[in-house]
Amino acid sequence: MIAIDVQGLGKAYKQYERGSDRLAEWLLRPGGIRHRLKWALKDVTFTVAAGEAVGIIGVNGAGKSTLLKLITGTTQPTAGHMEMRGRVAALLELGMGFHPEFSGRENAIMAAQLSGLHTETILRLMPEIEAFAEIGDYIDKPVRTYSSGMRLRLAFSVAVVDRPDILIIDEALSVGDAYFQYKCMSRIREFQREGTSLLFVSHDPGAVKSLCTRAILLHGGLMLSEGKPDQVLDYYNAMIARKEAEEEIRQAETSFGRHQTRSGNRKVTIDTVDLESDNGESIRAATVNQPVALRLEFSVRERVPTLTIGMVIRDRLGNDVFGTNTHHLNREIPAHPGAGSVTFRFPASLGVGTYSVSVAAHTFDNHVEDNFDWHDNVLVFEVVPGENPSFVGTAFLPVELEIGRPLVGAEKMKT
Amino acid sequence: MSLAAFEGRISVAARRQLTRIWLYRDFVFGSVKREFQTEYRKSLLGAAWIVISPLALILIYTVVFSQVMRSRLPRNDSQFAYSIYLCSGILAWMLFAEAVERGQRIFIDNGELIKKLNFPKACLFIVLLLNSLIRFAIAFVLFLIFLLLVGQLPGIQFLAFVPLLLVQLVFTLGLCLILGTLNVFFRDVGQFTVILLQFWFWFTPIVYPRSILPDAVRSLLALNPMADIIGGYQRIMVDRQWPDWWAMLFPVVVGVCLCGIGLYIFGKCSGDLADEV
Repeated sequence: MIAIDVQGLGKAYKQYERGSDRLAEWLLRPGGIRHRLKWALKDVTFTVAAGEAVGIIGVNGAGKSTLLKLITGTTQPTAGHMEMRGRVAALLELGMGFHPEFSGRENAIMAAQLSGLHTETILRLMPEIEAFAEIGDYIDKPVRTYSSGMRLRLAFSVAVVDRPDILIIDEALSVGDAYFQYKCMSRIREFQREGTSLLFVSHDPGAVKSLCTRAILLHGGLMLSEGKPDQVLDYYNAMIARKEAEEEIRQAETSFGRHQTRSGNRKVTIDTVDLESDNGESIRAATVNQPVALRLEFSVRERVPTLTIGMVIRDRLGNDVFGTNTHHLNREIPAHPGAGSVTFRFPASLGVGTYSVSVAAHTFDNHVEDNFDWHDNVLVFEVVPGENPSFVGTAFLPVELEIGRPLVGAEKMKT
Repeated sequence: MSLAAFEGRISVAARRQLTRIWLYRDFVFGSVKREFQTEYRKSLLGAAWIVISPLALILIYTVVFSQVMRSRLPRNDSQFAYSIYLCSGILAWMLFAEAVERGQRIFIDNGELIKKLNFPKACLFIVLLLNSLIRFAIAFVLFLIFLLLVGQLPGIQFLAFVPLLLVQLVFTLGLCLILGTLNVFFRDVGQFTVILLQFWFWFTPIVYPRSILPDAVRSLLALNPMADIIGGYQRIMVDRQWPDWWAMLFPVVVGVCLCGIGLYIFGKCSGDLADEV
């Protein structure tokens, strides 16, 4: 049975240049639309079966909160539709609406009323709430005297006193101490066994792995991947690592300048060098085996007999890891004056680490005879772990493993 | 879509809304109670303040105007006539003005709640009206006690108070719905409302009798539904007469129209409301 059915869900916020534009849009109906739509979430489709637990991961601003808001119904979708079957409880804003001057008991009643429960039901469940929260006499003290942990305990106890059909949890849970977190987790598992579907938003890979059977990765409002938590989390981590490394390298590049040497007679110059992902984005970090492209733009300034453009990738210690050029690759570059570009596409089948790129323009296959332009360490990039199994060394070789039956051992046993 | 089908669709949506509000009735009553508690929780006299402040107000208007200033209404020589005139008008106006003033910023004040929890937002208006009504009732009972003491209790016409109050509430609700919703998108509405209420107060015969107005202005009063409603209260309390029922037709029509417009705007915008608060 499907508990959550989300089809092509999208949410766009209206953005007006000026406040008066909204008024104009309201009053002058035929005047047309004067807002831009800013999509926070686009084309999200997934289903969650009853009793299934799905993790939602993504960096800040990926659209997680928007998705949860849509599911809890506090905001309306701009596109697509969704269906929830059963009662939805959200532990999003634990302690939301707690009034500091009222006692824990009064606030518990208030919070439960806000979720549509009736007073007599709440009063009947009150002993259970008290028992679960384990805050003792504090239940009758004003909430302003509570620690944040105690507030969480109370709020969580109220939220889970009645088993919902769909439970939505976010990072809020991480406030509690280890003991209470454990208690929450076991209560959540209990619900799950009884058929509650779970949507779990967290940055904690461990929690997602242990609770969820499936994970969804959101990025920039899009569903980037969906699958087993392990895979999705690895992908996510690689994404984060790559982003961080890229940031660092770009900063290093700008703050320290490049330790590069440049030589040559400048008959041909290499003007720009960039490393790009396969969708054309400029990157400075790649995951192991990610397809990348090294793009060089050059200008032929004087007539030259032949032109070869080459590159070499070196590791941190300066050892050549891989190098090639257009001559080795049997491609001719038109050598008449003008601008042009060369793109080397290859998978970053390298070990984790930092690499530098040097490029050169020369004749034939060596740069001794007529060296036009030579850039050492023109670009630095980083290779970060991806979804592949970890390995050592600077080269990533696609390994296939076969394990034979241990016949020798078995024969030995016979004799 | 035929008109019948359209009406059918509206009534289905309305019924669904009403059912949801009914489900949240405990939240509504709880909120009303808590609002009073919040106000007086940390005070020593506590709930006594609910009584003390309107009592002070009534005493000022009655004692000062009847005894100190010896104000008299035209065509009525009774010592307390002006005080009664003033009190019945002011108490009813306060019920109206307080509700509108709070109603226009109801979504803004409860912004956090609206953004983070899914509950029928219309509940907030019910909480508001109930709250204002309770305050009014307390003040009004004090006023009745005063009338009892001075032997000026209204007659059987007092029964007409209930329908008049209903008309006023419908009118108030309509205004709150419109202003409250618009204010989320254009904060100017809030500023405007506060000023409007001040003009409106003086444009309604509460402090002064209608008869002192020049004819030109008096004919303008026909455009002010509050003048009709409050005039009705004053007739009941001061003159012990039934209100002019025909005069109530205008406030009723305006009130129902405002509610209709308000529900329309609220319905149109409720989706964007949480995004803009």
